[in-house]
Amino acid sequence: MAILIDSTTRVLVTGITGRIGSFHAQDMIKHGTNVVGGVTPGKGGTTHLDLPVFNTVKGAVAETGADLVVSFVPPPFAADSIMEAADAGIKTCVCIADGIPAQDMIKVKRYMRRYKEDRRMRLIGPNCAGIITPGQAFAGLMPPHIYKPGRVGIVGRSGTLGYEAASQMSERGIGVSSSIGIGGDPINGSSFKDILELFENDPETDAVVLVGEIGGPQEAEAAEYIRDHMKKPVAAYIAGLSAPKGRRMGHAGAIVSAFGESAQEKVDILKEAGVTIVPTPSSFGEVVEKMVA
Amino acid sequence: MDIHEYQAKEMLKRFGVSVPRGGIAYSPEQAVYRCSELSGDKWVVKAQIHSGARGKAGGVRICASEEEVADAAQWMLGRRLVTHQTGPQGKLVNRLYIEEATNIAQEIYLGFVMDRKLERVVVVASAQGGMEIEEISANEPESIIRSVVDPAVGMQNFQAREIAFQLGLDPALIPAAVKTIMGCYNLMNDTDANMVEINPLVVTAGNEIVALDAKLAFDDNALFRHPDISELRDKSQEDPRETYAGDRGLSYIGLEGKIGCIVNGAGLAMATLDMIKMSGGEPANFLDVGGGASPERVLMSFKAVLNDKNVEAILVNIFAGINRCDWIAEGVIRAVRELDLKLPLVVRLSGTNVEEGRKLLAESGLNITTASTLAEAAEKVVGEWKAAQMKEAS
Repeated sequence: MAILIDSTTRVLVTGITGRIGSFHAQDMIKHGTNVVGGVTPGKGGTTHLDLPVFNTVKGAVAETGADLVVSFVPPPFAADSIMEAADAGIKTCVCIADGIPAQDMIKVKRYMRRYKEDRRMRLIGPNCAGIITPGQAFAGLMPPHIYKPGRVGIVGRSGTLGYEAASQMSERGIGVSSSIGIGGDPINGSSFKDILELFENDPETDAVVLVGEIGGPQEAEAAEYIRDHMKKPVAAYIAGLSAPKGRRMGHAGAIVSAFGESAQEKVDILKEAGVTIVPTPSSFGEVVEKMVA
Repeated sequence: MDIHEYQAKEMLKRFGVSVPRGGIAYSPEQAVYRCSELSGDKWVVKAQIHSGARGKAGGVRICASEEEVADAAQWMLGRRLVTHQTGPQGKLVNRLYIEEATNIAQEIYLGFVMDRKLERVVVVASAQGGMEIEEISANEPESIIRSVVDPAVGMQNFQAREIAFQLGLDPALIPAAVKTIMGCYNLMNDTDANMVEINPLVVTAGNEIVALDAKLAFDDNALFRHPDISELRDKSQEDPRETYAGDRGLSYIGLEGKIGCIVNGAGLAMATLDMIKMSGGEPANFLDVGGGASPERVLMSFKAVLNDKNVEAILVNIFAGINRCDWIAEGVIRAVRELDLKLPLVVRLSGTNVEEGRKLLAESGLNITTASTLAEAAEKVVGEWKAAQMKEAS
C-alpha cells in the first residue's frame, strides 16, 4: 500500500445514516473502498446501503474487523465519536467535522495518549477532506477522479487547495501515492511531521508535496524533520502571503498570532531546510515535475 | 468572539475574581450619575470597544470631578477610536464603563492561552505588567513565568501557588492570588474561552488584588453550547461587511483592495488572494462559499461581495469536489442578471461537471470572462480591472 489506506482497509462509516455520511459512503464504495459497515446509535441491527449498521464502534469492530473509521458525525458530537473509535481499537480515524470546539480537541488528544503507542489510534483531521490512495480507496469527501495513481505523496491542510495541486500534477502525468488532508483546525490529530514520517518510510512514495498555510507551528516543525531525517525530496506551498495579521482566514487555525506563523516566515524556514518552494498556487505541476525528473 | 471589558469583568466576578466597582453609561448624564452611585472623588471613564491599547487613543481617562467625567464622556461617545488593533477605520464608542479609581502599588500580567504546540492551556504571568505581552517578551523575557495545565485533571492549586510565589507577591496576598488565578482558569474552562488576559492585574495601595483590565475571547466553534455568551455579541464592533455576510452563513473577511473574490475552500481562497496580489491587484475580501454550494448561495455570495462599495471587479474561483460546476455557473448567471452586474467578472471553474458549467456560461450570452487555471484567472481579472480604470480615467 501507499500510506494509511488501500483496497484491503476495512472501513467503518460513523454517521452513515445521515444525509452527508450516506452520500459520501456511496461515493467511497463506488470508487473501490472496502466499506464494511456503519455506526448510528439507535439504528443497530438495521442495514443501510446494503451494509450492516451498528449501535457502537466496539460492536462494529467485533463483527466486521474494521480498522479505519471515517466520521461524518456533526461537530458537537464529533469529539465523542473520535474517542469511541480510539477505545474500540481502531487504527486510523478520519474526522471530517468542521467546527469542533478547541477544548474538545484538547481532551481528545489527551485521551488518545491513554493507550500505549502500539495500539494508539492515529487521528486524521478534523476539518479535513479525508485521505485517498488513488485507484484503490478513499475515506472522506474528495473527488477521486482528479487523482492519478503514482509515486508522489501529498499532505495538506486545505481540501480544495490539495485538489488544485493534484490536478495540476495529473495534467502533467504525475500520479499520487496517497493524499492526506490533515485539516484546518488549530488543534488537530496528525501533524505535517507525522505524515511526512509515513511518506519517508513508504517504499511506494518517491517525493512529497506539502500544502501549508498561515498559523501554528506545524510547518516549522515539519521543516526541522525534513532537514534532519528526510532523504526524499519535498516541495511546499504556503497559502496566506497576503493575509493580514491577527485575522482568522476561514480555517479556525489560519491565524497569525506568533513569530514564525506568517506565510513568508514559513516559506523562509522551509527553504532553509532544503525544501523546494512552490512560488504560486498555479505552479504545483511545474515545480513537482522538475523535482521528480 | 470578543466581548467588552465590562462584560468580561462581570463574568470574572462570577468566578471569584475581584474587580473595581463600576457601572455602564450610554450618555454623559448617565456617566455622572454613575459617579454619584460609586461615591469617592476619582473615577475612570473607559470607552468600551473591542480593542486593546485604548488608553493611547484617548479611550481611558482618569477624572477628579463630575464635570471632567461629563467632558470625557462627551468626547468619547460617538467617536471612532483608532488603535493599532482596529485598522484605520477605528471602532465606534457607544457605551462607557465608569469605574472607581484604583491606587496601584504593582502591575502584573496574567494571561491564559491555548498553546498550539503543546495542545494545552498555558498560563503566562509576569511581574512586569502594564505593558503588552509582546513588549514584555521583548524587553523582560526572564520575567515571564509559564505553567502548563494537564487537561485530564485541569489546573491545580499548587500550580497557581507556584505562579503567585514566583511573582514575588507578599505572602499575605498568596491566597487572593491563587483565588484569582484559579478563577480565571475556571472561567476559561467553563465558557470555552480561547484567551483570558488580565493586564494589568494590580496590587492596590490597600494590599488587595484586583483585575484592572480584562480581555476575553471565546471559541466560535463552542458558542452553540453557550447561548448566554452568544448574546453578548456587539455588531457595532464588527466590520459591517462581515456582519452582513456572517448573518447569511458565509465565511467572509473584509480587506482593503478592489477585487472581490468568491472561492470554495479556505485554503484555495487564501491562495486566490495571494495570486491576485502576485498579479498586481489587491483583494477586497476573503470569501469561502463552502461545500455543496447551491445557486442561491452563489447569488448570496455576490451580494456580500458587492455590499463592499470599493469592489471594482470580481473573481470567482471554484474547484468543485463536492460542489458542482454547473450549479455554480447557474448561480453566477442568476447573480449577473438579478443584480445587473456591470463590473468586470472572471470565472474559473474546475472539477466536477466542469464541461456543463462552462457550457452554461458560454451560452448565457453574458459578458463573463472565463479562465481555466488560477494564474490565468488572476491575470485576467487584474487586467480587466486595470483596463476599466483606464477607461474611466480617459
